[in-house]
Amino acid sequence: MTTMTITRPRYRLTAKGVLRAEWTKFWSLRSSWITLAVSLLLLIAFGVIAALTYDPAGGFGDGPPGQSAASDAISIVLTGVTFASLAIGVLGVLMSAGEYTTGSIRSTLAAVPSRLPVLWSKSLVFGVIALVATGVGALAAFALGNPLLDSSLALGIGDSGVLRSLLGAGLYLGLVGVLGVALGALLRSSAGAITLLAGVLLIVPGLTSLLPDSWSDTISPYLPSNAGSAVMTLTQTGDSLGPWAGLAVFAGWVALALAGAAYRMMRTDA
Amino acid sequence: MIEVRQLTKRYGPKTAVDGLDFTALPGQVTGFLGPNGAGKSTTMRMIIGLDRPTSGTATVNGRRYAEHSAPLQEIGALLEARAVHPGRTAYNHLLGLARTHGIPRTRIDEVIDMAGLGAVAGKRVGGFSLGMGQRLGIASALLGDPGVVMLDEPVNGLDPEGVLWVRNLLAGLAAEGRTVMLSSHLMSETSLIADHLVIVGRGRLLADTSVEALIQQNDAGVRVASDEADRLRALLAGPKVTVSSTTAEELTVTGLSAREIGEIANKHDVPLYELSAQSVSLEEAFMELTRDSIEYAATAPSSGKAR
Repeated sequence: MTTMTITRPRYRLTAKGVLRAEWTKFWSLRSSWITLAVSLLLLIAFGVIAALTYDPAGGFGDGPPGQSAASDAISIVLTGVTFASLAIGVLGVLMSAGEYTTGSIRSTLAAVPSRLPVLWSKSLVFGVIALVATGVGALAAFALGNPLLDSSLALGIGDSGVLRSLLGAGLYLGLVGVLGVALGALLRSSAGAITLLAGVLLIVPGLTSLLPDSWSDTISPYLPSNAGSAVMTLTQTGDSLGPWAGLAVFAGWVALALAGAAYRMMRTDA
Repeated sequence: MIEVRQLTKRYGPKTAVDGLDFTALPGQVTGFLGPNGAGKSTTMRMIIGLDRPTSGTATVNGRRYAEHSAPLQEIGALLEARAVHPGRTAYNHLLGLARTHGIPRTRIDEVIDMAGLGAVAGKRVGGFSLGMGQRLGIASALLGDPGVVMLDEPVNGLDPEGVLWVRNLLAGLAAEGRTVMLSSHLMSETSLIADHLVIVGRGRLLADTSVEALIQQNDAGVRVASDEADRLRALLAGPKVTVSSTTAEELTVTGLSAREIGEIANKHDVPLYELSAQSVSLEEAFMELTRDSIEYAATAPSSGKAR
C-alpha cells in the first residue's frame, strides 16, 4: 500500500481546481450558451426597441412593457434588464439545482466532499460570467439604442452617471445570477427556485402597494430588485436608495440566500 | 482500506443501516451483499460522505473521507450510473471531475480507453445506454487512480462481455494491492470475483466471511444410502452429529464429512450404495441467511445470525 502510494502521481484537491471545474462544467452545457445568449438578446434588443419607439411626449408608444416611468436615455436603453434578470437568474438556478435534478451533484460532492467550495465556486464563476456578459450587453444596448433617441434625450458615455449605470446593470445582473445559484442550491429544485426567484424579483415589489403608504414607502427601497435597481438608475428619486447603498442592500439579500444555501448544503444529505 | 464501525443511519422511524461493522482490506475484493433495501447503497453513500451517519463512523484509509487532501485518489466510487448531467459529454464530465484535483488530460484519455468509451467520449451522456453509463461511472471511479475502489452494483446493465471486463478489472486492481469493494444482490456473480463477503440484511450485518467459509457453514450434510441404515445410524451417533432419514435406506448426516462416514462404515462392514456430500449453492446459502434476517426483523430486533 505505502510503496504503491509513492509510485502513483499525487493529485490534490484545491480551491483553484474547484473553480476551474465549475468553469468547465458551465461551458460544457449547451443550455448555458443558449440561456446566456437569450439574456444578452433580451437585454440589447429590448433596449434598442425601447429607444426606437420612445415618444418623448407620451412615453412609450406601442413599445414593450417595462419601466413605464422611463424618461432618460439610461432607463430607456436598460429596459431589457428586467427580462434579462429572469434569464440570468434561471441560468444561475440551473447551475446549482440542475445538479440535484440530474443527480450529477453526487459526482461533484464525491470529488469535493467538503461541499462548500462547490457553492462558492459556482457563485463566483457564474457571478463573474454574468457580470462581464451583461456589462458588455448593457454597453452594447447603450451604443445601439442611444443614437436612436431624440437629441434632447441622448447622452454621452462620459456624462455623469452613465458609465456607472451601465456597468451597474452588469453588477446587478451578476448578483442576480449568484442569487439564482443560491436559491437553486437552497431548494434543490429548478422549478421551485425559478418560481421563488421570479417572485422575489418581480412580484414582491408590486405587493407592497397592498401595504399602507407609510409602510410601503419605508420598506419598498430595501426590497431586492428595488435596491438593486438603484445602481443602474441615472438620477435617484427621493425615496430610493443611493446607487452604492442600493447595490450593497441587494448584495446583502444575495448573501442571505447564500448563507441559507450553505446551511442546507452542509446539513442535508446529498 | 475501508473501516465501518457501528455505522447507523435512520430516516425518521426507519433504520436503513443498523450498527454495521466491517472492514474491507487492501489486496482483496470484498463483496457487499444483501437483498434490495438491505442498506448497501446507504452504507456506501456514508463512506464517501454523501449521507451523514446517525451514529458510528466510516473511514477510508484511516480518515473520514472529507478529511483527505485528494479524496478522488483515496477512493473512487460508482454509486449510481446516473450521477452525470445528461447534457454533458462523457469527456467533459470526466474533465469537470479531473479539474478539481488537477488530474491531467492524459489520465482522462487513459480511463476512457480502459472503459472502452473511446468511440462515444464526445457524445452527450443523455443518449447513453445503461451499460455505457455504467462504464462511464466506472471510468469516473478510476479517474483519480484511487487506492480504494468502491462500486455499487457495477455489473448492472452490462452485457456478458462487460461483466467479464468488470470481473477482470476488479481482480487486477486487487492484485495491485488496492482495496476493492463491490455491492450486489447476486451471490452467484459476486462469488466469482470476491475473496471476502460482507452480507447484510435490513441494515444489519449477517455474515462477514469468506466464500469457502460460507460454503462450509451452510453445509447441507452428507447423503448416505445403505441396506443397514438403522445400524449405521447408531454407529454414527455423536454429540455434534445429526442424522435424519428420508426413506428407510437413506440418511442425511450433518457434523461428519463423507470421508469420516465412509471410514466408519468400512470399519463396521456396513455396505454403502451412496455416499455424497450435499453442497448447498452459494445462492441458497445467501437466501437462507437473508431470509433469517427478515424473520428476525419482523419479530424481535436481535443481533444478526452469524459472523
